[in-house]
Amino acid sequence: MSTADAGLLTPPPAGGFPMPRPSERSEPFWSGCLEGRLVLPYCAACGARALRAFAVCPRCASPGLAWEQSAGGGRLYSWTVVWRPPHPGFVVPYAPAVVALEEGWMFLSAVVGCAPDELRDGLALQVEFHPATDELALPYFRPVA
Amino acid sequence: MTHPFRDVAIVGVCNTRQARRLPGHDSSSIALEAALGALADAEIEARDVDGVVGQAAADAVLELGLGPCVRRPSGLGIPTIVDAAALIATGQCRAVVVLAGGAALRSHGSAAPWTTPPNELVAGFGLFTAAEFALMARRHMVTYGTTELQLATAAAVVRTNGHHNPEAVYHGRGPFGPEDILASPLVAEPFHLLDCATVSEGGCALVLARADIARQDSRAVWILGCGSDSYAPAYTVAPVWDFSPRPGARAAGWVGADAAQAMFAMAGLRPGDVDVAEFYDPFSFEIIRQLEAYGFCGPGEGGPMVESGAIGPGGALPVTTDGGTMSFSHPGIAAQQFQRVVRGVQQLRGECPTLQVEGAEVALCSNGGSGALFTDVLLLGKERP
Repeated sequence: MSTADAGLLTPPPAGGFPMPRPSERSEPFWSGCLEGRLVLPYCAACGARALRAFAVCPRCASPGLAWEQSAGGGRLYSWTVVWRPPHPGFVVPYAPAVVALEEGWMFLSAVVGCAPDELRDGLALQVEFHPATDELALPYFRPVA
Repeated sequence: MTHPFRDVAIVGVCNTRQARRLPGHDSSSIALEAALGALADAEIEARDVDGVVGQAAADAVLELGLGPCVRRPSGLGIPTIVDAAALIATGQCRAVVVLAGGAALRSHGSAAPWTTPPNELVAGFGLFTAAEFALMARRHMVTYGTTELQLATAAAVVRTNGHHNPEAVYHGRGPFGPEDILASPLVAEPFHLLDCATVSEGGCALVLARADIARQDSRAVWILGCGSDSYAPAYTVAPVWDFSPRPGARAAGWVGADAAQAMFAMAGLRPGDVDVAEFYDPFSFEIIRQLEAYGFCGPGEGGPMVESGAIGPGGALPVTTDGGTMSFSHPGIAAQQFQRVVRGVQQLRGECPTLQVEGAEVALCSNGGSGALFTDVLLLGKERP
């Protein structure tokens, strides 16, 4: 386990932490991350912004899974600051967070680039991407200056 | 209308010894030891059992020599007990064993392994159980002004209950005040180490029987009501307090509120009729949340209710009187969920060695929590419904 320099929240070093295993259904999300684009699932029939890729829309029961690029701006909705990580590859402290994106998605990520005590409800955030491996990148959120 | 569980009695309960480790046991052997203990408590012979539900139920049928016998494998907690009751209420079984246990499962890391399923959307961000529940707790704190001190006060009550309980894994470690909780290392803010469940080993079982063959003494306990709420598989999607899957559905942070309403309606009772609340306590915040979700107080009033002393021994609503998962035991998957019901039964029998609530007639038992996006509730009574 390592500790962040200067007390700023940072992404964990690539390759050192448990990697997500992308599913086929979520492929547009993962290829978007590699290209630096936040591509998220919604329903083409009713417009619902989904928590995850679906076979059938939870709101309208249509099989209308579609993908849309978010502008990546949002507000901090909830957060935690972790000091005891589940794996030593995560640099403490780090801050898993739920971000309320402007388009309506509630997106799970982590905040980087500020001190833990700067986290507050409604903090304006913008997405950025960091490599997790050669084949995977993950979206993080940084406070807007 | 006749109550659906009028002819179903809980007649036997057993917790095996609980410990950080139980050398020589595995999950199967400790669950079977619990099953035999519950049968002895029920004064029912194994040959009279015609149903087994719970963890590895078919294995238990073989190990206990019960075949031919109904089996229902399940890793759930309270819903498994309700399934056992339904087997009896529908005439499929006369006596059913409910069992679970955890031992030799893990490397004794800091997080319980059954709470970390593989998933692509949360794995990369270092989520784990404490962080999932913290994301729910933080939103409640932002919305209602709930404080870390209120969380710590709830943890101190439950942990001190366990301190007094000679059967608790963490017996004698207290007593605890809120300041002790706040002085423990931070895990995932707002949770300190002592706001969180422990990890241990042990077995747990219950025996349910048809009323006409059940014991006819005051040790029989009855199911007055039940309910279950789920929003998603636990720990695989973002735990968002305001998540509502369709217009008009209650926000996920209140998971368990609809279940509790159904439970009280089945029982024909109200929150004020509950004498003791054996709340599931994976994290301190869940005590506060459940007080609100089940209607013991209004939204945002759970923290002040905890600070008032209402949930401690002698209070209006004593909670988690054996020390719960924070202090009594947390052996895995279903055992610690059944243990809420076992303690509820012991309270109504008047058999708790410590913190017996005098004259308790109605006990609420719960499982799950907001960070896991499910909650199950069960209402027990001394009086046959």
